[in-house]
Amino acid sequence: MNTLLDDLRVIQNEPVDIQYTLKDFKSDQEVRWCPGCGDYAILAQMQKLMPELGVPKEQIVFVSGIGCSSRFPYYMNTYGFHTIHGRAPAIATGLKIARPELSVWMVTGDGDALSIGGNHFIHLLRRNVDINVLLFNNEIYGLTKGQYSPTSSPGHITKSTPMGSLDHPFNPTSLALGANATFVGRTLDRDLKHMGAMLRRSAEHKGTSFLEIYQNCVVFNDGAFFSYTEKETKPEQALFVEHGKPMVFGVGNDKGIKLDGFTPTVVKLSDGYSVDELLVYNERDLTLATIVSNMTTTPGMPRPFGILYAADRPCYEEEVSRQLATAVERRGNGNIQSLLNAGDTWTIS
Amino acid sequence: MSNKELRSLDDVVIRFAGDSGDGMQLTGSQFTNTSAIVGNDISTFPDFPAEIRAPQGTLFGVSGFQLHFGSGEIHSPGDYCDVLVAMNAAALKVNLGSLRANGIIIANTEGFNDKNLRLSGYAVNPLEDGSLDSYQLFAVDISRLTAAALKDLQMSSKEVDRTKNFFALGMMYWLYNRPLEPTEQWIKQKFSKVPQIAEANYRAMHAGWNFGETTEIFVTRFDVKPAPMQPGLYRNINGNTALALGLVTAAQKARLDVFFGSYPITPASDILHTLSSLKNYGVKTFQAEDEIAAVTSAIGAAFGGALGVTSTSGPGLALKTEAIGLAVMTELPLVIINVQRAGPSTGMPTKTEQADLLQALYGRNGEAPVPVIAPATPGDCFYAAFEAVRIAVTSMTPVFLLSDGYIANGSEPWLVPDVSELPDIAVQFHTDTEAFQPYARNEETLARPWAVPGTPGLEHRIGGLEKENGSGNISYSPQNHQLMVDLRAEKVERIANTLPLAEVEGDEQGDVLIVSWGGTYGVIKTAVQNMHSRGVAVSHLHLRFLNPLQKNVGEILCNFKHVVVAELNKGQLLKVLRSTYLVPAVGLNKVQGLPFKAEEVEATINDLLNS
Ligand SMILES: Cc1ncc(C[n+]2csc(CCOP(=O)(O)OP(=O)(O)O)c2C)c(N)n1
Ligand code: SF4
Ligand SMILES: [Mg+2]
Repeated sequence: MNTLLDDLRVIQNEPVDIQYTLKDFKSDQEVRWCPGCGDYAILAQMQKLMPELGVPKEQIVFVSGIGCSSRFPYYMNTYGFHTIHGRAPAIATGLKIARPELSVWMVTGDGDALSIGGNHFIHLLRRNVDINVLLFNNEIYGLTKGQYSPTSSPGHITKSTPMGSLDHPFNPTSLALGANATFVGRTLDRDLKHMGAMLRRSAEHKGTSFLEIYQNCVVFNDGAFFSYTEKETKPEQALFVEHGKPMVFGVGNDKGIKLDGFTPTVVKLSDGYSVDELLVYNERDLTLATIVSNMTTTPGMPRPFGILYAADRPCYEEEVSRQLATAVERRGNGNIQSLLNAGDTWTIS
Repeated sequence: MSNKELRSLDDVVIRFAGDSGDGMQLTGSQFTNTSAIVGNDISTFPDFPAEIRAPQGTLFGVSGFQLHFGSGEIHSPGDYCDVLVAMNAAALKVNLGSLRANGIIIANTEGFNDKNLRLSGYAVNPLEDGSLDSYQLFAVDISRLTAAALKDLQMSSKEVDRTKNFFALGMMYWLYNRPLEPTEQWIKQKFSKVPQIAEANYRAMHAGWNFGETTEIFVTRFDVKPAPMQPGLYRNINGNTALALGLVTAAQKARLDVFFGSYPITPASDILHTLSSLKNYGVKTFQAEDEIAAVTSAIGAAFGGALGVTSTSGPGLALKTEAIGLAVMTELPLVIINVQRAGPSTGMPTKTEQADLLQALYGRNGEAPVPVIAPATPGDCFYAAFEAVRIAVTSMTPVFLLSDGYIANGSEPWLVPDVSELPDIAVQFHTDTEAFQPYARNEETLARPWAVPGTPGLEHRIGGLEKENGSGNISYSPQNHQLMVDLRAEKVERIANTLPLAEVEGDEQGDVLIVSWGGTYGVIKTAVQNMHSRGVAVSHLHLRFLNPLQKNVGEILCNFKHVVVAELNKGQLLKVLRSTYLVPAVGLNKVQGLPFKAEEVEATINDLLNS
C-alpha cells in the first residue's frame, strides 16, 4: 500500500531546475538578535552557502531548541521547527528517521546542547543520524540574560555567579569525540572564510556532523573569543588544522606542533626545527583528534580550529530503513488482516 | 471413558499460583487458550511479582494467573477463585485469601517441604494441621509423579522439575474436561528444536490427566459448556497487543507511516516489543534515550508527516509533559499511550491504578487541552487506538490513550474484525501553495493544515512560541493569544461532534447510576448484572471518552437520584463530573494496586440504597 509519504516522494523526486541566490533563503521575518551579535554572521554565511549546495529548499529543515541561537530557523526560508529547550536532537532524529531524504540541520546553544539537552546531544552523536549540528558557543546563557553556561570559564563572573563560577567547563569537541561523533569541527563567527568552508564540510559529511562555532555575545560575554578572532592575538592563539598539512601557527607561521610521546609541544621553527619534523594533521585519526582537541584546555597551547575528526560510519536512519526492507524481503509486505488473524484462533459458527 | 461423575457448571474461576520460575503464566495462558477453543467466554488476570527472578519459595516471588471461564458472558476474572492450584507453600499463603469458602485447593506436596514452610513463614505444614479443613484439599505429590513419568528420559532433576506445571495443567484439563490437543500442538511447535523437552512436557501433561482419571481422590469432574458467542473468528488477546494492532490498522486506514518512539517501562514495554516486530508493515520503532526523547522524536516524525506515537507509564508520562505542550502549540497529531500503574513516583510498577486521569487532562503548563480516550477492555484497546489515531489526524492534536496494567496484561476472547469493514481515516497532506497559511483552520474541526517538509512552496516555520492565527508568525498580541487559547480549546471540544452519544446500560433513569471509565468496565458490569439478577435496579454508564465528554453525559447524570463514580484512584473523574455538571455525585474509590471486586461495588450500592 502506498502511504501519503510515498505519494509525496513522487513529487519530491521530480527533477527541478534550481537556481537559487542568497535572497531565496531569507525569510520574511525580521531578525531580532542584538545589533553586533555574532549570530548575524553565521546566518549570513548559511544563507550564502545554501544556494551552492543545490538542495531544493523544500527539502531542507532547520530544527532548533531554545535560546538566542535557536531563533535561527525563523530567518531561513526553508522548513523550520523551533522546539523546546534541549530537545532539538531528539526531534531532529525522529524527523530524519521518518524522512531520511530530507536535509536536516540543527541549531543549538551551549546551554541548549550541553546543559539541558546534554543527554540527547551525546546520543545523537553516537547514533550518527545524518544531521548537521551547529552549536553556537558564546559561553553564556544569552536568552535568559547572562547566566554562566557549561562552557563558561571557571571563575567567570555572571549574574548567577557573583563570586565566580565553580563549574568545570566542557570542551565541546572532546565531549563530541568521547560520544563517538563521526565529524567534529570548530570555527569562529569572525572568520567568515573559515566558517564558510567548515559549514560546507559539515553539509557534505554523511552522519552527524558536529560543528562548534565560537559566537560573540556582545551583551553578556563580549570578547570571550577575541584572543582567537582579533588580528593582534589570533596568529599566536589559534591553530587552524588541515588534513595532510603540518600543524603550524604563529605570526608568519613561525611555530609548529610536535608530538613528544602523546604530548603535543610547541616548537619554534626559528630554533632549528624544520616543517618536515612537525606533526602532519590527519583528520581520520581518532587518537590524534583526541590529543589535538584536548589542546583546547591545555595552558600554553594554541587553540585548535578546523575539522578535527571525520570518519565513515553507517547512518542510523539508513540502517532503520534497511531493516524494514530486509523484513519485507523475508516476510513480504505485511497484510493487516493476516496480522489480526494470527495467533491461536478459533471459529464460532 | 471415565466412570466418575461429570457435573455441569456455569462458570469457574481458577488461580494457578507458584514460584516465578514455576511457569504459572504459561500454564494459565494454555488453560485459557484451550477454554477459548472449546467456546467458553473468558477473562484473565495475570498477577506477576515485581522481581524478575525472586529467590525460590519466597512470598514475594509468587506469580499468579487467574482465569474465569463460563458458558455465559464473562466480564471479569472473578472476585474469588473456586480452585487454587498452589505449587508451593508461599503460593498458598499469598493466595488463600482469594479462595472462596469451601473452594478447592490442589497443592503440590513437595512445595511444602521444610525449607518452603520456613521461607513462607508457616510454623507447621498447613496441609497437615487441619487449618484447611474448611476447603476441599487435594494434596498431590506433583513433583514426584512428574519425575516418575519422565524417569527414562535421562534429564537432570532440575529439567524434570521444570515440567511439573504441565502435570498440574494435565490434571486441571482432566478435572474440567478439556481437550489436550491444543496444548499438544503448542508444545510441538514451541519445542520443535528440543524434542526431548517437547516429549517431557507432553508426558508430564498426560501423566497429570491420567492421575485424575485413576486416582481415588477425585470423585467428580466438571464441565463448562460453550458460551453463546457471536459467530466469527476469535483469538485470545491482551490489551497491549490489541493496542499495537489497533495503531497499525489505523495507520493503514489513514495511509500513514508509523513512527513509534518509546523508552522501556512496565507495564507498557510490550507495545514497543510488538511494534518492533512489525517492520514489514512499515513501522519504524525507536528506543530512545529517555521518555523526553521518545515523545519529542515522535513529534519530529509527525512534523515530517508520519503518524507519531509514543508509549509509557506514569513516571515516563511525567517526563513527557513539556513536549506534549509543544504538540498542543504546534498542533501536530500525536498519540500518547499511558499504560497506568500504581503511583506516585515508581509506585508499584506491576500493579494497576487509574490515578493519571487528571495528569492527562490538566498536567501541563498553560491552557493545554488534550483529548483523552480510555479503552474499556483488553479487546477494546484495538478500537480505542483506532479512535485515538482518527482524532489526532483529523483534529491535528495530541491525543491521550489511557490504558492500565489490568487490561494491558489481562486477556479476553476477541472477535477479529474484518479490516475491509473498518472505516477509512480521511487525512491529506496540504499541498496547495495558493495563499498557504500554516495556521489556517478547517471550518468544521478547526484543525490547521498538515503541511510537511518536502512539499514545494509551503516552506514555513513552527514552534512553541505563540502563533498568530492564520499566518503562524510569532505573536505577543493579547487579543491573538486569547483567540488562540480559545481556538485550541474549542478544537478539542468540537471533537464531541464526531463521537457517538453515551449509552446507559440498564434503565435510562432511576435511583442509582454507576459511572466508570477505562479498565474497570468488566468488573462494574459484572456487579451490575449480579444486582440485576437479585432484582436491584442499578444503571451503568461507562465512559471511554474523558475529553471531550460525550454530549449527553450531563443529561444522563441528571436522570438519577444517586450517581456513584467508581474508579481506582481518589476521585478524579468524580471531580471532573462534579465540576462540569454540578451533580452531587459520590465516589467509590480504591487504591490498592488491585482491580475492584464486584462484591465491593455491590456492597457500596446496597449501602446507598439502604441508607
Ligand atoms: C525547560 C526550560 N528551562 C529553562 C528555559 C529558559 N531558557 C531559555 S534559553 C536558556 C539558555 C540558553 O542558553 P544557550 O543555549 O547558550 O543559548 P543562547 O541564548 O546563549 O544562544 C534558558 C535557560 C526554557 N526555555 N525552558
Ligand atoms: S543576548 Fe547575546 S547571544 Fe543573544 S542576541 Fe544578544 S548578543 Fe546575541
Ligand atoms: Mg549560549
